Amino acid sequence: MTAGKTIYDIGRTGRSAASQHTPSGDVAALPSACLRSTPPQLPEVSELQAVRHYTGLSAKNFAIDRQFYPLGSCTMKYNPRGAHRAASQPGFLNRHPLAPATVSQGFLACLHDLQEVLKAVTGMAAVSLTPMAGAQGEFTGVAMIRAYHDARGDRDRREIVVPSAAHGTNPATATMCGYTAREVAVGADGDVDMEELKAAIGKHTAGIMLTNPSTCGVFERRILEISDLVHDAGGLLYYDGANLNAILGKVRPADMGFDVLHTNLHKTFATPHGGGGPGAGPVAVNERLLPFLPTPWVERAENGGYRWVDETARPQSIGRLSAFMGNAGILLRALAYARMLGREGMTRVGEYATLNANYLMARLRDAGFQLAYPDRRASHEFIITLRQEAKQWGVTAMDFAKRLLDYGFHAPTTYFPLLVAECLLIEPTETETKEELDAFADAMQRIREEAERDPELVKTAPHSLPIERLDDVKAARELDLGGPPG
Amino acid sequence: MPFIPHTPADVRSMLERIGAASIDELFDEIDPALMGADFGAIDSGVDEMTMLAELAASARQDETGPCFIGAGCYDHHIPAAVWDIASRGEFLTAYTPYQAEASQGTLQLIYEYQSMMIALTGMEVANASVYDGGGALAESVLMAVRANRRAKGVDLHHVAIAGACHPHYVDAAASIVRNQGIAVDRLDFGRDGQACLDALDAAGAPAAVVVQQPNFFGLIEPVDDIVRIAHERGALVIAVVNPLALALLKPPGEWGDRGADIVCGDGQPLGIPMASGGPSFGFICTRRSHVRQLPGRIVGRTTDRAGRPGFTLTLQAREQHIRRGKATSNICTNQGLLVTAATIHLALMGADGLRRAAAGSHAKTGRLVRELTAIEGVSQRFAAPFFHECVIDLGQPADPVAATLADAGLLAGLPLERYYPELANCLLVCATEKRTEAEIARFGTALAGALGR
Repeated sequence: MTAGKTIYDIGRTGRSAASQHTPSGDVAALPSACLRSTPPQLPEVSELQAVRHYTGLSAKNFAIDRQFYPLGSCTMKYNPRGAHRAASQPGFLNRHPLAPATVSQGFLACLHDLQEVLKAVTGMAAVSLTPMAGAQGEFTGVAMIRAYHDARGDRDRREIVVPSAAHGTNPATATMCGYTAREVAVGADGDVDMEELKAAIGKHTAGIMLTNPSTCGVFERRILEISDLVHDAGGLLYYDGANLNAILGKVRPADMGFDVLHTNLHKTFATPHGGGGPGAGPVAVNERLLPFLPTPWVERAENGGYRWVDETARPQSIGRLSAFMGNAGILLRALAYARMLGREGMTRVGEYATLNANYLMARLRDAGFQLAYPDRRASHEFIITLRQEAKQWGVTAMDFAKRLLDYGFHAPTTYFPLLVAECLLIEPTETETKEELDAFADAMQRIREEAERDPELVKTAPHSLPIERLDDVKAARELDLGGPPG
Repeated sequence: MPFIPHTPADVRSMLERIGAASIDELFDEIDPALMGADFGAIDSGVDEMTMLAELAASARQDETGPCFIGAGCYDHHIPAAVWDIASRGEFLTAYTPYQAEASQGTLQLIYEYQSMMIALTGMEVANASVYDGGGALAESVLMAVRANRRAKGVDLHHVAIAGACHPHYVDAAASIVRNQGIAVDRLDFGRDGQACLDALDAAGAPAAVVVQQPNFFGLIEPVDDIVRIAHERGALVIAVVNPLALALLKPPGEWGDRGADIVCGDGQPLGIPMASGGPSFGFICTRRSHVRQLPGRIVGRTTDRAGRPGFTLTLQAREQHIRRGKATSNICTNQGLLVTAATIHLALMGADGLRRAAAGSHAKTGRLVRELTAIEGVSQRFAAPFFHECVIDLGQPADPVAATLADAGLLAGLPLERYYPELANCLLVCATEKRTEAEIARFGTALAGALGR
């Protein structure tokens, strides 16, 4: 039994997984001054101990493969095993990133195919696959916006406008690109406040970052008006693809007036989230920003072969963002998924993600929960606010989230977006059955009854997991961040 | 409908509950002008069997013979158990452990990972990963500038790269930090391929000095001297290291007068397949005094209501989801699953297994260099001691030779002209512990043939 023990705790001096001991070698050619004097303190365990320990840890996780995981804005849909298998073939796993293009045509063709799919679903002119996550895609996009203005000698634009409902990576990205983030309010209907937006946009505006559907779970209805407003002021529009799943195969960001975007392949294209990555955040641009695309990307030569495009061919490129080709293995998984879906399948993704969200929203509304935007359609996600429950019974959104874990559901996103008090952002995704959604709605209803009858039960949840609520204050005050024992 | 479980009866009853006549009606808030785009450029979907056959054909197309390219991505043995366990759905299909009670597996694993990285680097704290080696260097540069912002006489708009650091890492770092007004200055390396201490002396007072050990050419750098010189000028030292080499080499925490200040690199040698260079993961370790400048997730141990030990994300006030525009970085999702694999890898290898892989690779590369330099006109470019990579001078342009050998199914190393025009005749070669005596002999024979000797 290893409950609560770390891999170091279960080791013993002198023990090892000896079948991993490959032949050593003479190191006499290395000067002794550069060698370490004592071996690093790593665990000393047998192979079975390691296998059992980490298998045991895996069982302490909630995961899509085990539970409904309606984490808003994260698109926790089924991750097809076939895509995982496709990317795990020896020819892909053993390919060195710097292998010459002549012996890489299979891989390059795959990347080119994915670039074409992403161009088609977004309506953009060109794609670079290198960004390794949504946040790096955002950085890439805003860095291109800056390169565009700089190339025109238009250096007074210092602000990136973001709605107050935006994901935290948006303002953080603006800062990383040397801009100031200017937040504009979101109105009571979930759309950006147009008066405030008009006041914010001007000759200092480099661009605006928008998610559409927004993080409020509604479609930004005046998007074409916003696009004209920003473009007329000389700014550009960045589309944060976090919520692309809602409109996949239905609406193209290019048609909404966006100049640049990123897609989260680990959301919309079903690649596994891996306990916090890897993801991939390819960027797509219109003609205006094409010269600035990050390298490398793949193009097809006249002879039908594929080749890398690098800085020598694209001197205005913002350059390289990763050591090699970003998260290549994730790109392959996304391509495999896109192949299985095809164009009809993509359209159905947007449709059924929207159907599931609107159905679950209706169920919760009928169960007495307050919707944040009751007069709006849900996109692929929606928000409920537990303001009343918190006021009446002292049971918060976080308490509901923790109690859901006892019922075998992962919690929705809590307290985001920040502008809705006591909120849960719920995204069911298209791959869940009606029965699963019904079970979740039933559990929410029961928790609400518990909150009225026995608030302590909910406030002290979870009760059925390996541990109860953790002391986060202690974690931050008495920092124990690990380190080898002794 | 791949992966969509709805029956026609489900759809009917769901629409009824919503009060909508059709799924299309659910999109009625969207301007009709935006609908109706043509997605005809995308092919129709195929079943899993067909998709697998298509991608298998692409994968097979790129299978080659033995790989002697390193340059930041290495063909090491990976224990079978590593990916068997890391690919379990419970690790593969979870997300960032925001709900700690439902994520103790991932959280405890990251805590163990942090412990192992601290042991390897000799530093005091580690984060839970960044994107890759290039991203790790970029974040380390930004971190050093923040951490050094109160030092007197230090130029916060410059960092200096001492000697040959991986050119892709430096390029990536330069692209990423440029927009914050920070220039990355590449100092010359010396005739021996090592960092030039005179160039460092002449570099003024940058906010940070970056040194890679072993350097891009595989050579051992005089890190103790570099750290001392940098610290005398008020610069922080960023060490870029190969974590496998640290099984053998002095940990950066012990370099020079008081050790490196920030240690970063790419974790690929720790159980990650080459896989076209990604996904891999970057790591950053530092001193406890700089912990609030660290970007990315950090896991701490605490207790639950019942006093039992448990693990949670901590110091989140550094991060974008709390701090927004004032965060240390915009980083959010990054490379969790690769850290999972690396942790299992380190546990299985232990210090002894890791040292053997490092020493075995060092010895195999030595054997390869003897094989190749036995060919007339082929020589070792730099005489300094190397770890498991070496620059080989062919006496004629290396690019066409490498192309010839690649066509013959042998990845003969990386031609260096693209990065260093003065090294146009040179190949950077690497033999890991996996390369066999027969493969090394084959390389020798093939190279001699290609050179006409």
